[in-house]
Amino acid sequence: MAASETLTSQAYIQHHLTNLTLGVHPEHGFGFAHSSAEAAEMGFWAINVDTMFFSILLGYLFIWFFRRVADQMTAGVPSGAQNFVEWIVDFVEENVRGSFTAKNPLVGPLALTIFAWVFLMNLMDLIPVDLIPHLFGQLMSLFGADPHHVFLRVVPTTDPNATFGMALVVFGLVLYYSVKMKGIGGFASELTMQPFGKWGLPANLLLEGISLLSKPLSLALRLFGNMYAGEMIFILIALLYGSSMVLNITGGMLQFVWAVFHILIITLQAFIFMVLTIVYLDMAHQEHH
Amino acid sequence: MNINLTLFAQMIAFAVFVGFCMKFIWPPIVTALAERKAKIAEGLAAAERGHQEKALGEQRALVLIKDAKAAAADIVAQAQKRATEIVEEAKADARSESGRVVAAAQAEIDRETNRAREELRERVATLAVAAAEKILHKEIDIKAHKGLVESFAKQL
Repeated sequence: MAASETLTSQAYIQHHLTNLTLGVHPEHGFGFAHSSAEAAEMGFWAINVDTMFFSILLGYLFIWFFRRVADQMTAGVPSGAQNFVEWIVDFVEENVRGSFTAKNPLVGPLALTIFAWVFLMNLMDLIPVDLIPHLFGQLMSLFGADPHHVFLRVVPTTDPNATFGMALVVFGLVLYYSVKMKGIGGFASELTMQPFGKWGLPANLLLEGISLLSKPLSLALRLFGNMYAGEMIFILIALLYGSSMVLNITGGMLQFVWAVFHILIITLQAFIFMVLTIVYLDMAHQEHH
Repeated sequence: MNINLTLFAQMIAFAVFVGFCMKFIWPPIVTALAERKAKIAEGLAAAERGHQEKALGEQRALVLIKDAKAAAADIVAQAQKRATEIVEEAKADARSESGRVVAAAQAEIDRETNRAREELRERVATLAVAAAEKILHKEIDIKAHKGLVESFAKQL
């Protein structure tokens, strides 16, 4: 456990929940934030380097592996890797076929990317919570940085930027296809003319507007909330370590149990994100009355 | 935990990944899957066809075997009939031949008998004449009594 005697529980948790933020601080100038307060003071024009690094690394891993298999794809007897990839693609395709009634070549790859990418990003949660941040802190201390002020969060989906980023892209696609399929007038009338008819226009707009906006919000917040809570519990369990033998054993058992349970959660969250994306896009393609 | 530029960077990264997946990953895999599905369907159909053809062939073979058996029985029956016929013919031939041979032999015997009888008659006539000559000591003219002797010999 990275928390030494000088580190209180609160500081430890705080440490784990702060991103490695690169930006321009109004007082200290351009550089990494040394505390969560500083990161907040950097405002919008800052970037979470850890989130970017791990999400792109994992996305690249997904692309690399699937591309390699797709390259040697054969309709004959499949190899082990191809079997695995086919299993996933088949699973995704089945879900798309089941929920998406219109025809759109984008939806399949979109669903596959979401499922694989979100799953891999969530999977980072199963790496012992202190391992990579601690190693990174040690590494940075070689360059003269104080390890207590080097932040690193390895699970990109616990950063709302990542989940909202994906949800907003999906939302953009929903808007785009709504307008493309129904026309601007059709989409507008869908938002204003139902369910109460044209005399209930303000009420309609309120209801439909909320239901429309709830789509990206629910997508992003569900994934973020689940992963954030999961990581939080790992952090809290990690706090048990180091004080006594009994607590160490209890903590180890708790961590194992929670990790096993978490395997279910990370898969389920990736699956839910994928299915909801498919359903939202299907709704965007469908003509309402 | 702040919303910042990362949001846009993540959107771009996500869009790029989806684009790459759509262009280079999804199509070959789905194509291969569809291809294999078609192949398997084809193979199953072919197996089904083969099965039907096999059943059909078996039926046809059964009919052929039945026909062949019937034909064989027919041929055997015919052959048996023909064999009896041949035997009968041979028997009849043999019978007529034997009759002919017997008749010829009988004729020969008759002829020989007649000839022997003639010869005997002549001999007896000659003997009788010679005997009579000896008995009568030339008293009897051979020419004058020839008719008498011959008629005597004929009665033998």
